[in-house]
Amino acid sequence: MTETTLSAPAKTKPRSSRPGTLALLLNNSLATGGLIVLVLICLLALAAPLLPLADPDVTAPADRLMPVFSEGHPLGTDHLGRDILSRLIWGTRVSLAVGLSATIIAAFFGSLLGLVAGYAGGRTDTLIMRGIDMVMAFPYILLALAIVAVLGPGLLNALYAIALVNIPFFARNIRGITLGLSRREFVDAARLSGKSPVQILFLEILPNVLPVIVITMSTTVGWMILETAGLSFLGLGAQPPQADLGSMLGEGRKILFTAPHVSIIPGLMIFALVMSINLFGDGVRDILDPRLRAGSLTRPVSRTAVERAVGDIPAPSEKSGVLDVRQMRTEFQIGSSVYKAVGGVDLNLAEGECLGIVGESGSGKSVTAMSIMGLVPTPPGRIVGGAAYLDGEDLFAAGDKRIRDLRGGSVAYVFQDPLSTLHPLFTVGDQLTEAITTHQPMSGSKARDKAIELLSLVRIPNARERLSAYPHELSGGMRQRVCIAMALANDAKVLIADEPTTALDVTVQSQILTLMNGLRRERNAAILFITHDFGVVSAICDRVAVMYAGRIVETGTTEDVLANPRHPYTAKLIECVPVLGEPERRLDAIEGRPPVVNNLPAGCAFADRCPRVGASCRSGEIDLEMSSDTRGVRCFFPLAPGETA
Amino acid sequence: MAAYIARRLLAAIPVLFGLTIIVFLIMAMIPGDPATAILGSYATPENVEKLNRDLGLDKSLPEQYFIWIGNLFQGDLGRSYTLNRPVLDEVMERFSATLILAGTSLILCSVFGLLAGIVSAVRQYGWADKIITLLVLIGISTPSFWLGLLLILVFAVNLRLFPASGMYAIYGGGDLPDLLHHLALPALTLSVVATGVIARLTRTAMLEVLRQDYIRTARAKGLSERKVIYKHAFKSALVGVVPVIGIQAGFVIGGAVYIETVFQWPGIGSMLVTAISTRDLLLVQGGVLVVAAAYVLFNLLADVVQTILDPRLR
Amino acid sequence: MNDMSPTRSDTGALLDIRQVERIFGGEKKLFGGRTPAVHAVQGLSLNVKKGETLGVVGESGCGKSTLARLVVGLDLPTSGTITFDGEDLTELAKQNRNALARKVQYVFQDPVASLNPRKTIRTILEAPLKHLTNLNADGREKRLSELLQAVNLAPEFLERYPHEFSGGQAQRIGIARALAAGPELMVLDEPVSALDVSVQAQVLNLLDKLKDDFGLTYIFISHDLSVVESVSDRVAVMYFGRLAELGPAREIFRRPLHPYTNLLMRSAPAPGRHDLMSEDASAELPDPYNPPIGCAFAARCPRRTDICVAEQPAPDEAKGGQEHIAACYHPLGTA
Repeated sequence: MTETTLSAPAKTKPRSSRPGTLALLLNNSLATGGLIVLVLICLLALAAPLLPLADPDVTAPADRLMPVFSEGHPLGTDHLGRDILSRLIWGTRVSLAVGLSATIIAAFFGSLLGLVAGYAGGRTDTLIMRGIDMVMAFPYILLALAIVAVLGPGLLNALYAIALVNIPFFARNIRGITLGLSRREFVDAARLSGKSPVQILFLEILPNVLPVIVITMSTTVGWMILETAGLSFLGLGAQPPQADLGSMLGEGRKILFTAPHVSIIPGLMIFALVMSINLFGDGVRDILDPRLRAGSLTRPVSRTAVERAVGDIPAPSEKSGVLDVRQMRTEFQIGSSVYKAVGGVDLNLAEGECLGIVGESGSGKSVTAMSIMGLVPTPPGRIVGGAAYLDGEDLFAAGDKRIRDLRGGSVAYVFQDPLSTLHPLFTVGDQLTEAITTHQPMSGSKARDKAIELLSLVRIPNARERLSAYPHELSGGMRQRVCIAMALANDAKVLIADEPTTALDVTVQSQILTLMNGLRRERNAAILFITHDFGVVSAICDRVAVMYAGRIVETGTTEDVLANPRHPYTAKLIECVPVLGEPERRLDAIEGRPPVVNNLPAGCAFADRCPRVGASCRSGEIDLEMSSDTRGVRCFFPLAPGETA
Repeated sequence: MAAYIARRLLAAIPVLFGLTIIVFLIMAMIPGDPATAILGSYATPENVEKLNRDLGLDKSLPEQYFIWIGNLFQGDLGRSYTLNRPVLDEVMERFSATLILAGTSLILCSVFGLLAGIVSAVRQYGWADKIITLLVLIGISTPSFWLGLLLILVFAVNLRLFPASGMYAIYGGGDLPDLLHHLALPALTLSVVATGVIARLTRTAMLEVLRQDYIRTARAKGLSERKVIYKHAFKSALVGVVPVIGIQAGFVIGGAVYIETVFQWPGIGSMLVTAISTRDLLLVQGGVLVVAAAYVLFNLLADVVQTILDPRLR
Repeated sequence: MNDMSPTRSDTGALLDIRQVERIFGGEKKLFGGRTPAVHAVQGLSLNVKKGETLGVVGESGCGKSTLARLVVGLDLPTSGTITFDGEDLTELAKQNRNALARKVQYVFQDPVASLNPRKTIRTILEAPLKHLTNLNADGREKRLSELLQAVNLAPEFLERYPHEFSGGQAQRIGIARALAAGPELMVLDEPVSALDVSVQAQVLNLLDKLKDDFGLTYIFISHDLSVVESVSDRVAVMYFGRLAELGPAREIFRRPLHPYTNLLMRSAPAPGRHDLMSEDASAELPDPYNPPIGCAFAARCPRRTDICVAEQPAPDEAKGGQEHIAACYHPLGTA
């Protein structure tokens, strides 16, 4: 079937839920303020020849050092009787022009060097970067001073000096970005499409680097203006009669105590100019940062916010179980949209049991697991309904300290990617002993002994030596064993494992699965096992729950669900995966795509893709019908045993 | 570890040599007859000839370089004609004064910058964050030389809390309290910009780190929020900030040139400015070389610290 | 387009890989000695017949991705030859990159990362047409709509940007780009690993159809045994840079010769399978900087003897049914 629409279902495309560019910018009042001031100053500077100003160079010794608000001289006069207001505006013109030119020169040559070095790599890169390192070995001002010393003082020389000295900064930054981009697959793809290296550099890579160049320019233009003003202040930049803001400050320095306004006013102008550039630049940078547009560049707090309606807390179910989740709902607020990641989930986990949660990406399985102990990042996530009972205790009502006691103690997590899950800067031993002593205070050496015990438990050879290893020194399988050891440090009753084997090789995966299975039986720990793979479920899970679009659509014992799936989605999911040993099996794909959970249709979320859809499927709530204690399906037309979808 | 340090030291040697080449070349670019330029108003024919012989200025450029380098290794950086003193003596004396100023500033801006950055990140969007962000913005937008003048006006002239210039009082000074009294305003002014840069960077680094998976693991283990931030997050953020502190040392030295001029601090920065205006080129050469070499070594130190912090770099 | 019957397998090899080695590092250092060397691919010999799908399976560190890049010309072998239809592929990669790109193309693992985020789909798909074919503007326009139709995407997608697409759609675009210049051989490096399970099936079915329609030959690389088994005619199992076993897809997993293939098979979880073969934790890959002299799998192998540790077995040391070979002194099915 041809996919004719970008988003399934074919509704009108909703107004973008992410904050738009202009909205973000104007929202930032500081940035807008900066922009206004900047525009004013620039207009003033540009309009200088047209304004009714006194001649800035005409000296009038009789009028020297008149204070501010004098007649005919709103900002007073300097030590040679020249009008300060006029000199200020003309000086700003010069400072702006020089600052901008220096930035453009530095940006152009620096970026060029950075692009070439980053893309060419090898000898070229080494050569260019050695040269850059040499230049950067000088504190920038030393170099600028040295250049001016040789060429002689003057505004143009100061400009060259400042531009030259800032080239390395651009070169380094741009090289870094280019290096990263050169390794990306689309560059390889461009090579395979027949493009030459020069074409690739300027047509493929440069467009991706340009925003960084612009951002870097915005951070440095204020700086360049300060620096050229500085050189002029020292008498090495603008030479009389030419004046910029820096040299005005420098000249006024000698009479600081008698007529401070001669120095303060130009300094104030420099400050206003650079501050407005920086404010505006910051605002622009925040906009260009794609993470901010997604509304998620805020730091997560220590625990997911719980915003349940007070009368709305469901009671625990009659089934006793170590973990009892009732109608849990978790949402994400991004921009103006609300993503209903978990739309009402019921789970029950008995002691020592392993329950698998199966789903594809976007089904809400990970969010369900994270919500239980409040590990969903709070902006933008919130728990908005339901309850999770651990041995009868309502976790969402518990205080922060209580949750901290339970985390790592009664409930422990094992995550997907052990390389990013373990802290790269602490040894395995340190991280293990920390897990132990957080909940069982004991001496350091006792903790280390226990850590060695734990490592042996997860069958890591040479446990004592491994304590001083860093995570990056271990293989993927070893790292995951360490994570499991950490989870078992305090005899947790419940282990929540979020795709713990997905990132591992097949032979390592089976080692880990066997290990986890053995350990749970030994210690009678319950496991909540998140995965997308039915094969993994078969290997370790007693029961399984299938999730789709934030809800559980089917649940039952592993054998029953795999042998006789009742929900059409479960059946199709099983059918579309190739099975080792049955190469002739035709893969029956599921048409369409899962719905986005900020725009869920009424009725069954699977209706648009379901071959058995009926009229009643698209309206009203469909309950999870339990046909026995463990078996349930959320469907009006479930499959009969043996029937295919 | 020791091997790594040794390797980095060895790698620094070509950079130092490169430095000498660049400094030499810059000086060689002086238009006109170098000896006359160096001697300035002391350029009598005999002096010119003597200088030509001493520095080999009539020989080819590479030969001049080797003569110069040879002299350098013997501690002979030439003689300043304006001060009538060996360049090395003057440079060393002034450099120690700058070290005191720049060193104090660097410590101040590192400590305050890191603290401000952490507070800003941890209390993101709170009033502390907003105030710190604003102060930081003001800090990096203010010309340091102007700020110095303002501070002198307010604290030295009007309030008379601190001296307006110099390193020691002319009469009865010379001890530590006197030094600190004179050091206060210049060191503060000098640290303003670098504090801002470090604070900003620390904030960004902390925010990035706090989103990492291993922070989630720390929380999942039940660690207190304080441990999560100060033990786990801060260490990772520090790894990114340390090299920047190294680079900021360069900016601090740069700023020192202005501050020394404004506060008349007898450091190498003010020496250089004077030397440039009096065209005492050998003094300029010596000053630039010493400061640059110190900067290279300082950055080497920063690299080593970073490697100690991050085992993945070894 | 070619109108070849896809089952014709006696025209001889389309691609002939002989004793190819790829060593990373090992360069001479300034003061003598060499930098540490990794033998990513060693002594590999394989051929690919016209019209077949050769599956390549292995875990991390086996060299399959390096092999993919060598075949496509993104990397050059340290030694050995690769011949395509009689021509030296390595020479072609050096002299006339474009000619190679017309014959051999590549589909990437991460579909979204393989598309330049700042280009429209039209620009992305036109690039190979502009550089590798000499169609004029009209011809290109026609070809674009042919390509989109072949991969089941709507024509309005041409004006969109990569981030607007799902993983499955992005992969179809990647496939369309690879097909653009009409290659004969396609190297697919884990083309469905980054996709959701329900989307995988869509893409696999599409690849199957395209192979028939255009008479393509595939090298299909994956770590997922069941996927490889269902799409391949023959399968090559790689371990630590060498060929461990090579044979028909039907045979190789039902009657594996090499103990490693057996291990792979029995470790793979499958619905309904409760017992997984698993080794203990000391079973690890050998150190790539210090490769063992004998068989790389010997350290983990329950069937090893002295000769296994002392000498590298030849790739066809063991022979099974038709064209089924394994590099093993004690293959399964023997004592």
